[in-house]
Amino acid sequence: MSDVIKTDALIVGAGPVGLFAVFELGLLDIKSHLVDILPKIGGQCAELYPEKPIYDIPGFPSVTGQGLIDNLIKQIEPFHPEFHLSEMVASVESIGTDTAPLFRVMTDAGTQFETKSLIIAAGGGSFQPKKPPIPEIDTYEEKSVFYAVRRMEDLRGRDVLIVGGGDSALDWTLNLQPIARRVTLMHRRDEFRAAPHSVEQMRSLVAEGKMDLRIGQVTGLRGESGLLSSALCRGSDNAEFEISCNAMLPFFGLTMKLGPIANWGLSLSENLVPVDTEKFETSTPGIFAIGDINTYPGKLKLILSGFHEGALAAQRVYRYVYPDKRLTFQYTTSSSSLQKKLGVEA
Amino acid sequence: MTKLQFVDFGGTARMVDAPAGSTVMEAAIKNAVPGIEAECGGACACATCHVYIDDAWQAVVGPPTSMEEDMLDFAYDVRPNSRLSCQIKVTDQLDGLIVHTPERQA
Ligand SMILES: Cc1cc2nc3c(=O)[nH]c(=O)nc-3n(C[C@H](O)[C@H](O)[C@H](O)COP(=O)(O)OP(=O)(O)OC[C@H]3O[C@@H](n4cnc5c(N)ncnc54)[C@H](O)[C@@H]3O)c2cc1C
Ligand code: FES
Repeated sequence: MSDVIKTDALIVGAGPVGLFAVFELGLLDIKSHLVDILPKIGGQCAELYPEKPIYDIPGFPSVTGQGLIDNLIKQIEPFHPEFHLSEMVASVESIGTDTAPLFRVMTDAGTQFETKSLIIAAGGGSFQPKKPPIPEIDTYEEKSVFYAVRRMEDLRGRDVLIVGGGDSALDWTLNLQPIARRVTLMHRRDEFRAAPHSVEQMRSLVAEGKMDLRIGQVTGLRGESGLLSSALCRGSDNAEFEISCNAMLPFFGLTMKLGPIANWGLSLSENLVPVDTEKFETSTPGIFAIGDINTYPGKLKLILSGFHEGALAAQRVYRYVYPDKRLTFQYTTSSSSLQKKLGVEA
Repeated sequence: MTKLQFVDFGGTARMVDAPAGSTVMEAAIKNAVPGIEAECGGACACATCHVYIDDAWQAVVGPPTSMEEDMLDFAYDVRPNSRLSCQIKVTDQLDGLIVHTPERQA
């Protein structure tokens, strides 16, 4: 097991709100680590709408989802935040007191933190693969149906059916083709969203007879005690057909699920975390919730609200991290000490 | 006002009024029509506003754009008459439009 990482603040979620919290905390000399289950930074903005313009970020008449994230990453650089990506915060245990909170936090990858404050900026929850509503699919999960490939070796020598038309579907088709007994890619139409060069590679494998491409949708599964034997499918012409396979990988994009946050002992209200509007603290002192994940009277799920919430939460975190120091209010335009932290002093 | 009719999977029909310029999805959400979730609020980013256009209306409504086609990849049981209702703008021509909601949104 790795050493325990000690930090002032641990931020769950590297969406826009978690990112800006790094800035507000950093101005107050509070060091943060961020954990996100996604392999990339940016939450919904980067995952769901990187190319779409947002029109209600103050000071930006228009900025794309990815553009906003790129700017935020640049803005927080002076504070050297440490990112732990592709890891999900799994458990939180309180080992301090109400006045001097301390938490032991563990990710599903085994990383351990000891933090004086926990800032939940988990948005709509952790991104998880969408499960297609195929009847009885859950009885095959983990044995024959996989939404992510953890160990490629598990699929060696198997007849693998991959469903989808995006990058995940095409990448896994190409990665698994050499080691599977046979790979079949199925997509509902003969057009793919994936990168053109992977589509080309797939098409030449099909032309060489090294894999199959079928156009259609899976409507049912056949098998016994979790072991798949074939998938029932329907083509675009409505013709029914069956593909024999003993492993299936459906790639239908991502959806957000509250996930492990439900087990951290916080009071919840309809899958959201209630907070006060002075400090944005939860029912547990030292644990804060900001951005889409929280709720309070009048809450708006807007990025700008999340920024404000982070600024106020940081003030309270300061009291836990520096109980003996007094906090003075300062502007970044005029405070030489803030400018020094930002690396912009004249 | 344009009249729209939503027929659910069980066959129950609901009639709603929609102002021109709004979307079929917005009309459904405003009137709490079941069977449409619209998680992303109409940004063509979730595919949970999937509907089937009634046969008689397909030519009037027209086909999806390529961005919408890409998003339909995430919907379940996509058919030739599938559309994402947030991408259909209400116009006078659509008065009386009938759409069918799927058994479930993926
Ligand atoms: C299509 C679309 C258009 C939008 N347009 C606008 C707009 O115009 N203006 C506007 O203000 N807002 C808009 N929004 C809403 C805006 O994107 C959200 O308010 C914003 O992303 C919330 O930021 P966040 O940081 O709170 O959460 P998110 O962006 O949801 O990020 C949360 C992150 O936390 C991670 N996470 C959750 N649980 C865990 C865990 N246990 N362990 C590790 N990581 C975890 C998730 O993987 C995710 O990356 C839009 C949203 C969508 C979907
Ligand atoms: S509401 Fe999300 S795609 Fe239509």
